[in-house]
Amino acid sequence: MRYAGLLVMPAGFILCIAALILFPAPATRTAFVLCGLAVEALGLGVATRGAVRR
Amino acid sequence: MNPASAAPAPLGDAAFALVFALLLVSPLAVAGVALINTGLGRSRSAAQALLGNLAIVAVAAIVFAPIGAGIAGTLAGGSSAGISFFAAGKPWNWLGSGPFLLRNLPSFPLHDQLALLFEFPAVAMCALIPWGSGTDRWRLIAGSAAAAVIAAFAFPLVGHWIWAGGWLGQLGVNFGLGQGFVDPGGAASVHVLGGLCALAVVWTVGPRKGKFPKEGLSTAIPGHHSPYVLFGCFVSLVGWLAWNAAGAVIWLHAPLAALPATAISTLLCGSGALAATFAVTRIRFGKPDASLCGNGWLAGLVASSACAALITPQEAMFVGVTVGIVTPLLVELFELALSIDDPSGAVAVHAVAGLWGIFAAGLFAPQAGQLLAQLVGIAALLGVALPLVYFLFALLNLVVPFRVDPDGERIGMDLHELGGGAYPEFVVHRDESYR
Repeated sequence: MRYAGLLVMPAGFILCIAALILFPAPATRTAFVLCGLAVEALGLGVATRGAVRR
Repeated sequence: MNPASAAPAPLGDAAFALVFALLLVSPLAVAGVALINTGLGRSRSAAQALLGNLAIVAVAAIVFAPIGAGIAGTLAGGSSAGISFFAAGKPWNWLGSGPFLLRNLPSFPLHDQLALLFEFPAVAMCALIPWGSGTDRWRLIAGSAAAAVIAAFAFPLVGHWIWAGGWLGQLGVNFGLGQGFVDPGGAASVHVLGGLCALAVVWTVGPRKGKFPKEGLSTAIPGHHSPYVLFGCFVSLVGWLAWNAAGAVIWLHAPLAALPATAISTLLCGSGALAATFAVTRIRFGKPDASLCGNGWLAGLVASSACAALITPQEAMFVGVTVGIVTPLLVELFELALSIDDPSGAVAVHAVAGLWGIFAAGLFAPQAGQLLAQLVGIAALLGVALPLVYFLFALLNLVVPFRVDPDGERIGMDLHELGGGAYPEFVVHRDESYR
């Protein structure tokens, strides 16, 4: 589970990079960067959940 | 307030001398964190902890000079140098290509030499942060090996992205995002990276024996020396004042007239954080907690690394108070809810506070797009740095096992690794943590 979470996190980063390249409009770009961060937070949550002892 | 100027002016003799002097003082920040790391561990591991701090500083410098400095590319001369690829018609500079083994160092411009000097305590601090999280069970040789990995690859990579013409620093030029990602005091490349390394270490090495029993709440294992922790906070302040001021001149090309405001913002950030943590722990536990107050103070200084040179003193106070409220709550949450056994609280103090500082630098910036540049930087740190260091540490753990054997953990790291205790005249106390 920890590895799955850690593999999801780069996907969020790629989404942020794609937002910079694909969307010149500030609003759309910001929305996609926030989506990328949300994906990273999801991955971090899964990775952390995998380390919980109880 | 933004003291940054668009084009760097050559450093005059007076400015060079001042920044050089500041950089000679900045290792006091490292010394302060070393004291805090030691004080928050157990008495039976104190000598090993402090020796480990010193060894990690040495290993980081030895490895960074011949290998890491080349990858960081600080001496390579800005955005034109490095390994780039093109996407959407823009250059993406990912890796530095500076001279290896610091060849011809005196021939480089004074500014580049000072920038390189800035990076030596920075890499030491970055490598030192995880050591406090692995205290009481992380072997000295493994900690030194991890420091070598950080100094050779992880820190130079992130440092290049931000400081040496890398893609994060160029977000302003290439995509119109303010000045690009800004981090004059090393909140991202030092503290967030170090904090994420600490999380990777905690996951790799596991909790201390008896920390999370099968039944009941987690066992409290308090630090053995609060005076070390609090004196470390004093020492850190001196180093941080120097570090943030030097960083403002080197990375933001701030005029010398901007340095008093930078120092005041640094002090207010730490002070606001301490006051807030004092109040929170007083409300939460009935009395203020010395260790958590130390953590709060340090978290405020960490947050100031990103933004002290960019914001007003009033904004610095807000940043400090916010991080001071959140830090003790996060330390508790990480331990009780997420099973993160982090004796020094590095994940909350360095990673989370650093992220907040980076965000605040964008939040209060006058330029359009600056906040987005900071968010992209946060995404890079979380999305690339954490998985990268975790997998590197997992591989390293196969070669150099991180965790001490159970007998070593029982008798303490001092006796096991050094053959003698830090406090030989102390009476051995009951081993209350084993149940």
